Amino acid sequence: MSVHELELDLDAFEGPFDLLLTLVLKEELALAEVDVAGIVLAFVEHATRPVSPQIQHGEDNGVAASAAHHASFIDAERDELDLDACGEFLVLVAALLELKARGLFAEGGELDELEPEEAAEELAQRLEEYRRIKAASEWLRERLVAEEDRFFRLGPAPLAPRGERRLAPQDPAALAVVLRSLAAEPPEVSLAHLELRFPPVSQFLGRFRSLLGRRSRFDFEHEVTGLSRVEQAVAFLALLELRRMGEVSLEQAAPFAPIRVARAAGGREEVEAWSARSA
Amino acid sequence: MERPLRLISANPVDSLARTIEALLVVASQPLPVDDLAEAAGDEVERVETALGLLGERFREGRSGIVLEQVAGGWAFRASREAAEACGRLFERPVERGLSQAALETLAVVAYLGPCTRPEIARWRGVAVDSVVAGLVERGLIAEAGRESGGGGAVQYRVTALFERVFGLESLAALPRLEELGGDAGDLRGRLEALAERRPA
Repeated sequence: MSVHELELDLDAFEGPFDLLLTLVLKEELALAEVDVAGIVLAFVEHATRPVSPQIQHGEDNGVAASAAHHASFIDAERDELDLDACGEFLVLVAALLELKARGLFAEGGELDELEPEEAAEELAQRLEEYRRIKAASEWLRERLVAEEDRFFRLGPAPLAPRGERRLAPQDPAALAVVLRSLAAEPPEVSLAHLELRFPPVSQFLGRFRSLLGRRSRFDFEHEVTGLSRVEQAVAFLALLELRRMGEVSLEQAAPFAPIRVARAAGGREEVEAWSARSA
Repeated sequence: MERPLRLISANPVDSLARTIEALLVVASQPLPVDDLAEAAGDEVERVETALGLLGERFREGRSGIVLEQVAGGWAFRASREAAEACGRLFERPVERGLSQAALETLAVVAYLGPCTRPEIARWRGVAVDSVVAGLVERGLIAEAGRESGGGGAVQYRVTALFERVFGLESLAALPRLEELGGDAGDLRGRLEALAERRPA
């Protein structure tokens, strides 16, 4: 029988040794939870289980019969331990122990700094300490059994009375002053900065028309300098409007170059007509 | 101011005892002598005398209610002879089904606390996170600040409930750790026994 098929029944794990190794290597089972001593005991128990009638010493034949079904690590022909299996087991368990030890000292190379003798001493000391704690837990268990028949009331404590709240003596007039300051209307918040003022397009239509009445051409930029961005935009709309109605012609040498505005030939009458229509 | 001399009177300690009796009935956890003295408005020594009186009145075999000194204070509990009846009506969730791992962890915290989870793990040799969480839930251990004054890991200590459940007057009632733990561990014994059984 192979070591890998060894059946284990531990607190943290139940199943074949093989599966335990797989789970540990895949980190699906915390090695810290695994009782390695339990594995060793399971192996030793299995390894020493008699398989053949000549090894079984007569007194419990029933057990012998059922034990014969179990594969063992004993080489039946030579009546010796299967050394290959035992060797393999030793290597595997040693690797498990090393992994577990490293896992337990994860935070720093605590063990690396120690000489082997010191490490052994440290380990012996810890085992001794653990033995005491185990004994202490045993004492607690016995105590629990002894105190099993002590029943008492458990519950949250009743609330303690609340301490009286003390206030310094107050002057009513002073309180009134404070209250009044709180009751005053807060100043109204100005929304002026949120407002957008759009001057009517007609304002610029009239302005450009009167300008064209005096001069045959003008420079758009020159006329709108000093106006706000919104006013400039409205002025431009007025210009487009005039162009649409054929009152002016526009010229621009290049993108972003100054826009030159000229009176369109014979546009005046049409303007009159349009004004009359829209009025 | 001198106290008037009273030749014949009801024993004043008796009246104090009745007050203490009342306080202990209302309390749901053990009350220290100092708390009793403060609530009763009396001196500590007289309260102790009164407690002695009550202890005589409420003792096993005489009363169904028993006065006990536990978890740093005084408390009433049911008498042991009523345990069976109590068990039919009341559960004991705190101590029911404590695992070996839980008891070992409890022992570490009781003896070495306050201590952090990594420290407990170091003592027990296995991870203890779930065990610690279970004990906190049962109320047997509680957080007790952090290591190195704030920045470190959470520390745990046993609670007054732990002392009460285990019937300890205080943690000083635990046996000394040095005196615990007999001879070589049973693991070695088991291994040796197996070695002897091994066929030659």
